[in-house]
Amino acid sequence: MTQPVNAVEMNNISKSFFGTKVLNDVSFVVRAGEIHALAGENGAGKSTLMKILQGVYQKDAGEIRVAGESKKIESFADALASGIGMVFQEFSLVPDLTVAQNIFLNREPKNKFGMITDNASVKQAREILANLDLDLDVTAKVRTLGRAYQQLTEIAKAISFNAKVLILDEPTASLAKHEVEALFKLLKKLTSQGVAIIYVSHRMDEIFTICDRITVLRDGKMIATSNISEITGEEVISQITGRHDVQALEVDHTEIDRSGVPAVKVTDLSAGPLKNINFELFPGEILGIAGLMGSGRTELLRALFGMDRKESGEIAIGGTHVDIRGAQDAMRSGMALIPEDRRRQGLVMEHTVSSNLVATNLRSVSHLNFLDFSKINRLSSEMIQKFEIRPAEPNRQVKLLSGGNQQKVVFAKWMATNPSIVLLDEPTVGVDIGTKIEIMKFVRGLAAEGKSIIIVSSELPELLSVCHRILIMKNGEIKEEVLRADIESEDHLQVIVQGIK
Amino acid sequence: MKSLLSRKIDWRASFIYWMFGLVFILFAILLHGDGFLQTTNLVNIFRQTATITIMAVAMTLVIGSAEIDLSIGSVAGLSSVCVALVLQHANLAVGILTGIAVGLVVGAINGILVARFGIPSFLVTLGMQGIASGVAALITNFAPIPVLNNHYNSIFGSGNFGKFPGLLVWSFVFVFLGWVTLTKTTFGRRILATGGNRDAAEFNGINTKKIKFYVLLISSLVAAIAGMLYAGRLQTGRYEFGVGDELSAIAAVILGGTSLFGGSGTIVGTFVGALLVGLINNGLILAGLPVSEQQIVRGMIIILAVALAKKK
Repeated sequence: MTQPVNAVEMNNISKSFFGTKVLNDVSFVVRAGEIHALAGENGAGKSTLMKILQGVYQKDAGEIRVAGESKKIESFADALASGIGMVFQEFSLVPDLTVAQNIFLNREPKNKFGMITDNASVKQAREILANLDLDLDVTAKVRTLGRAYQQLTEIAKAISFNAKVLILDEPTASLAKHEVEALFKLLKKLTSQGVAIIYVSHRMDEIFTICDRITVLRDGKMIATSNISEITGEEVISQITGRHDVQALEVDHTEIDRSGVPAVKVTDLSAGPLKNINFELFPGEILGIAGLMGSGRTELLRALFGMDRKESGEIAIGGTHVDIRGAQDAMRSGMALIPEDRRRQGLVMEHTVSSNLVATNLRSVSHLNFLDFSKINRLSSEMIQKFEIRPAEPNRQVKLLSGGNQQKVVFAKWMATNPSIVLLDEPTVGVDIGTKIEIMKFVRGLAAEGKSIIIVSSELPELLSVCHRILIMKNGEIKEEVLRADIESEDHLQVIVQGIK
Repeated sequence: MKSLLSRKIDWRASFIYWMFGLVFILFAILLHGDGFLQTTNLVNIFRQTATITIMAVAMTLVIGSAEIDLSIGSVAGLSSVCVALVLQHANLAVGILTGIAVGLVVGAINGILVARFGIPSFLVTLGMQGIASGVAALITNFAPIPVLNNHYNSIFGSGNFGKFPGLLVWSFVFVFLGWVTLTKTTFGRRILATGGNRDAAEFNGINTKKIKFYVLLISSLVAAIAGMLYAGRLQTGRYEFGVGDELSAIAAVILGGTSLFGGSGTIVGTFVGALLVGLINNGLILAGLPVSEQQIVRGMIIILAVALAKKK
């Protein structure tokens, strides 16, 4: 038996940006046919390391070997030629072209007159997908596909370049449970064909389900590479954070007084996909909403916040009936919504931290509609300090912050409106585990102050750790309501959410 | 071919054909007594629309790549006067080369400023619109320049090619070239990829700057040829030719079902869109409306058509 050749070796890689060392002597080895998790907080150096492997950034020092050979990877094309494919988090497909056209973009099969022949690309694309056991109409425009199928198209495309190494960055971020299963099946199929997969993720459960080994980065340094079978989740988290407060997410046993007037009472609400929604939310209570993608979770928050018009039903806040026709009405009723997609709905990415922070509160920082800049500076500095936003520079563009810090900006600006009801839609998507714990602690703090919270999350452990009560949605309806105290385990909740009896 | 056709037929894309049919039937009924349906009038619609049609074909490529070219009308005017001036002293070939050179020079400047220096095409071509029409007025001192070269006039718009009016042939040639470019060549596919998702295009090894440069170069070149057709049809070069044509061309493209935001494009739709604009102009003239009222009605029809086409 010959010594198995490593699919990728990145040896002693260092990289600095503007004098700051973001990667310090990092070594990372991926074997052929394995799924290798790459974990670490935002800013730990994962993306930089992967961008060096893709040729987007150039390393300052170190060596890259692909299938045993030393390679110079100076462009994305070099990476492709070396057999390194990337499945992008932000999808890299052209929406108005078909699946087949996307797969063969810029290398279209041509006839003898040099004209593109779509028939040939359709046929070849079908073969590629059939080899991967994927059932997908290759003549459909990518625009018309769901996120999961777009991602599968991306993977098929990477494979069609004969990629031997595939980088996936948070591949399940926008997938429903059954879609994740389809993805995992495909990944297993690929590894059986000898493809090595680098799996960049924050999600411990997935890493432990699918990966063979894990490498953790922290502060630009390689901390450890371990076999998944020989390490526990807690050990990984403490490698990632370097701290030992992983117990921060333990269950809250506070009793909620549900005898008084509810902070929110929803009666027979219908709007878009939502049908006859009824529930109550009490002061100091954290209410979780679980359900698969498309179950109406996000739509429920949107309807409460007035972003979608309700068709029938009533919403009462603190016992008074309110007619919420838009975000302004919702804010006046004391609501705040932390939206799902912070890049699009939560922040103006091009603007500074400070101007994002005061966006919800312009009235309080202006006189007769003229902005009072000294007030803005004072207020935003206070918020930066209170929410520990890093770097603590009010005039930095918010797009230059890490995901976790961007989310803190979103939180801070909404808390500045002093809401009594806080709606959170997937508040920890794409944030590192350290910030995740901070956010959860913060949510608990809000409830302790008597605020009422509704939190939508795909991560059941997250719901289990903070919620007092969980509603399970399916097809736009509330299917079940369970008290946290009555749920034995994550598996128990998962069974309810999946609707398996 | 079959799959190509079946994909084209969605409501948004086929809307223009319905709209065209509807307006045509409406005019045929209402303007029956005014000679709307006479062959000469129908051929006239093609002739009058020819310059807009060929500029709109190029504009489809520009908009497909998520850029815009507001300078085409002025470039047409500039090319018409340059050609007219040169033809006073030189032969046909030199005249034609002059027109082409005008297009290439302006297009290269637009393209470099947009692709190389990253200035938004909206601003670059808005500025170029003023510059080109200013230069055209300056070198002619605001006067029309007659074109007396009969060979020129006969090729560029006044004459026939065999049995067909020259302008009709010019239109169809450009529509065909545009259609082949957009649907059958890698260049066309790269244009749509650049406009649809520039990052994705870059990651697929497409040099999107180069694409944008060439698209703007082609747009100006085609606009210059349109200007030569103005000069040939009206046997004059005049700085005012083409004024406002960029807006008619954009309207034709959008009416045809191309997304204003890039990434899609249909040349056949654009052709019908341009014909619809020409049809409306023709009908309103035949109806005897004064110019002011023509403008108002035309504006309303375009807004209505685009609004209806947008609504699924």
